[in-house]
Amino acid sequence: MSPAGIKEPGVNRGGAITLPPILGGGGEGRGGESPDFSDRLRRARLGLAVGITPVIMLFVSLTSAYIVRQGLPTLDENSNKYVHDWLPVRLPWLILLLNSSVLIVSSATMELARRDVTRESALAPVRLIPGISLGQERRFPWLWLTLILGIMFLLGQWMAWRELADGGFYLATSPSSSFVYLLTGMHALHLVGGVIALVYAAAITLARQPVESRRVVIDVTSWYWHFMALLWIYIFALLEFAR
Amino acid sequence: MATTAHVHAHAAPQGFIRKYIFSLDHKVIGLQYYFLALTAVFVGMFLSLLMRIHLIWPTAQLPLIGEIKPETYLSLLTMHGTIMVFFVLTTAPQGGFGNYFLPIQIGAPDMAFPVLNMLSFWTTFVAFLVLIAAFFVAGGAPLHGWTGYAPLSALSNSGPGEQLGADLWITSIALFCVASLMGALNFITTTLDLRAKGMTLMRLPLTVWAWFITAILGLLAFGVLLSAGILLLLDRNLGTSFYVPLVVVNGQLMGHKGGSPLLWQHLFWFFGHPEVYIAILPGMGVASQLLSTFSRKPIFGYRAMVYAIVAIGLLGFMVWGHHMFMSGMSPYSAFAFSLMTMSIGVPSAIKTFNWLGTLWGAKIRLHSPMLFAIGFVSLFVSGGLSGPFLAQPVLDIPLHDTYFVVGHFHLIMGVAAIFGIFGATYYWFPKMFGRMMDENLARIHFVITLVGTYAIFMPMHYLGMAGQTRRYSQFTEVAYQTKLLPLQTFMSYAAFITIGAQLIFLFNLFWSMWKGAKASDNPWEATTLEWTTATPPPHDNFGGLTPVVNHGPYEYNVPGVSKDYVMQTDPASAPAH
Repeated sequence: MSPAGIKEPGVNRGGAITLPPILGGGGEGRGGESPDFSDRLRRARLGLAVGITPVIMLFVSLTSAYIVRQGLPTLDENSNKYVHDWLPVRLPWLILLLNSSVLIVSSATMELARRDVTRESALAPVRLIPGISLGQERRFPWLWLTLILGIMFLLGQWMAWRELADGGFYLATSPSSSFVYLLTGMHALHLVGGVIALVYAAAITLARQPVESRRVVIDVTSWYWHFMALLWIYIFALLEFAR
Repeated sequence: MATTAHVHAHAAPQGFIRKYIFSLDHKVIGLQYYFLALTAVFVGMFLSLLMRIHLIWPTAQLPLIGEIKPETYLSLLTMHGTIMVFFVLTTAPQGGFGNYFLPIQIGAPDMAFPVLNMLSFWTTFVAFLVLIAAFFVAGGAPLHGWTGYAPLSALSNSGPGEQLGADLWITSIALFCVASLMGALNFITTTLDLRAKGMTLMRLPLTVWAWFITAILGLLAFGVLLSAGILLLLDRNLGTSFYVPLVVVNGQLMGHKGGSPLLWQHLFWFFGHPEVYIAILPGMGVASQLLSTFSRKPIFGYRAMVYAIVAIGLLGFMVWGHHMFMSGMSPYSAFAFSLMTMSIGVPSAIKTFNWLGTLWGAKIRLHSPMLFAIGFVSLFVSGGLSGPFLAQPVLDIPLHDTYFVVGHFHLIMGVAAIFGIFGATYYWFPKMFGRMMDENLARIHFVITLVGTYAIFMPMHYLGMAGQTRRYSQFTEVAYQTKLLPLQTFMSYAAFITIGAQLIFLFNLFWSMWKGAKASDNPWEATTLEWTTATPPPHDNFGGLTPVVNHGPYEYNVPGVSKDYVMQTDPASAPAH
């Protein structure tokens, strides 16, 4: 429970008014190994929700720049007139469509990895009871699959950029091509962050960290990963429909 | 109770490096931020000293520096502004005091994400080094002002400082954005998730409210500045044209085409205006805390104070256009921005009214922190009153880019925020270092600083009304401007004295750290949680214990209680509210 909900203060067991009345009961896991994982999970999720906000602000500002620039006439040096110089970029949409499906599938596998580890951590206390065995289930490596799909997406984006460049659209060719590279590039950069988080999650799985601890990492990574997929769909739609 | 304990997963560090350099302890990180800001403020002040010298003796030969050229003057003002806004006004009140006291005031053993907290400080530190490095590269520091308007800032041949120096400047700002975002994330999560039992939102000290709202502003604003900076770097180095239109520099047609300089202004000021509140809100929180404590009265209208902070934060995002009345914007947008800007006067007036209401009829204890808190209110009012002038397009057009603007923002954003920092320093020094600062030196420091800053910045309003423009390096050669020179000379002398007086503060700070009188745990007889714990606080703030809060933050002279203050952790049997 969040302390925010506490309306009735608990009974104070502290000292008199003159002494700092501090509640007793120290030694709860400070530096120890028995942290309360549900609190950690809640805090990590909250931190992620807060952390996603500036990412949204970043893309909101880039979007507004994109739309404003699109409608802006510019001075042409030859005719000395204001002209609309916005060149619609032909997106390599076949590659991008393929990439999008890879990312959406990876979002699904990530969700399966998250549900797996949630179930595993819920069962963890049961396993600790002596004499109880839940059997040795083989788990499908959803996390690894997600990682591979994520890297595939990044490689696919690279191919899309190459295709754009082959079509004569470089970063500085025209304002529209600058924005295409900028938006897709910034998304890729943020996705690399997700890939690093996945590698970390995979590494602590191999290192046999406590399942609850892995759950926190995988859970937060999965929400971030879903956000990345949504963000990509948004960027793709923006570039496709507002060009 | 277990809610807070395990956050403090890291044990008390042993080695020097883990304890003082790469520390995870929010208190050490807070001090690191504070001393970074202290270094930065003296660098920034030194730059302003050079500018004040140059303005009245433009051809003076300075030892080691020589004569200050006009372009050097522009570098000085750029770096002065950047250092002061980012590395002092954003760093000290939020990163410094916020880091140190927010967790203690809400009864938490540390920030929610200690590692992120450490990264945030060290990124800020690197950002500062990168910025200072701009002085030492070919071409020197940039000259585009702290607002970095494109296309001046976007072309490397637009001036001597616009080569590598400008790239370093943008890199530094971008790093600072990332660091501030990490800090804001920590502040928000900590405030929402780590409050002690009984610490409801309406029992938070107003300092915590101010830090919390400031963090939200930072979270929403710095991402936008980051994207603006990325576009600028691309324009400068990869040939894109986000900000640069078809432009001829020194008779040479540049390769750029079709960019919009206004785009930079919109993105920059969407960050820049909230940044003003990022600088001043923590000062408001500190002023509220100090006025209540030293008046021995509850803060007048606690809820109104909270709502006013929230309202100022919210409105702060809707007024960025008032920096751009001169940009040729539609009069209808100008009217909308003007109206929104004026409406900020309402929550500001509520705050001022409540501060005065707190002082009204009180048995005031005029200790040095209180002097600075009252000074804060004075400067906030004097600086704030020129705001409505600048908020109206018809008045802003003649006053834009004159000394009137410089006077306005220095009083309200610069000096008022600095008074908040001074007040906080004198108030919390005993808790941070276990000793008291010297009261007499503090009073001398206060009097000279208050009179001195008014003497520097008040005349600027007259200069502005007389039409003297800002950012001009020399007024001595223009017949009309020379008539205003005596006033500039007066301001320079006032600046020399005020800057000199800061050495008193510096001496007092360091002398008191080792030689000051020993402080008790609660020397000011204040009520918030930091005064319930030992001085200085132990590694986990409460020595393995978890405080339980039963009272609001400002219960002074509650009827029916014999003592004149009720600590937040006192038993609930003492009458509440």
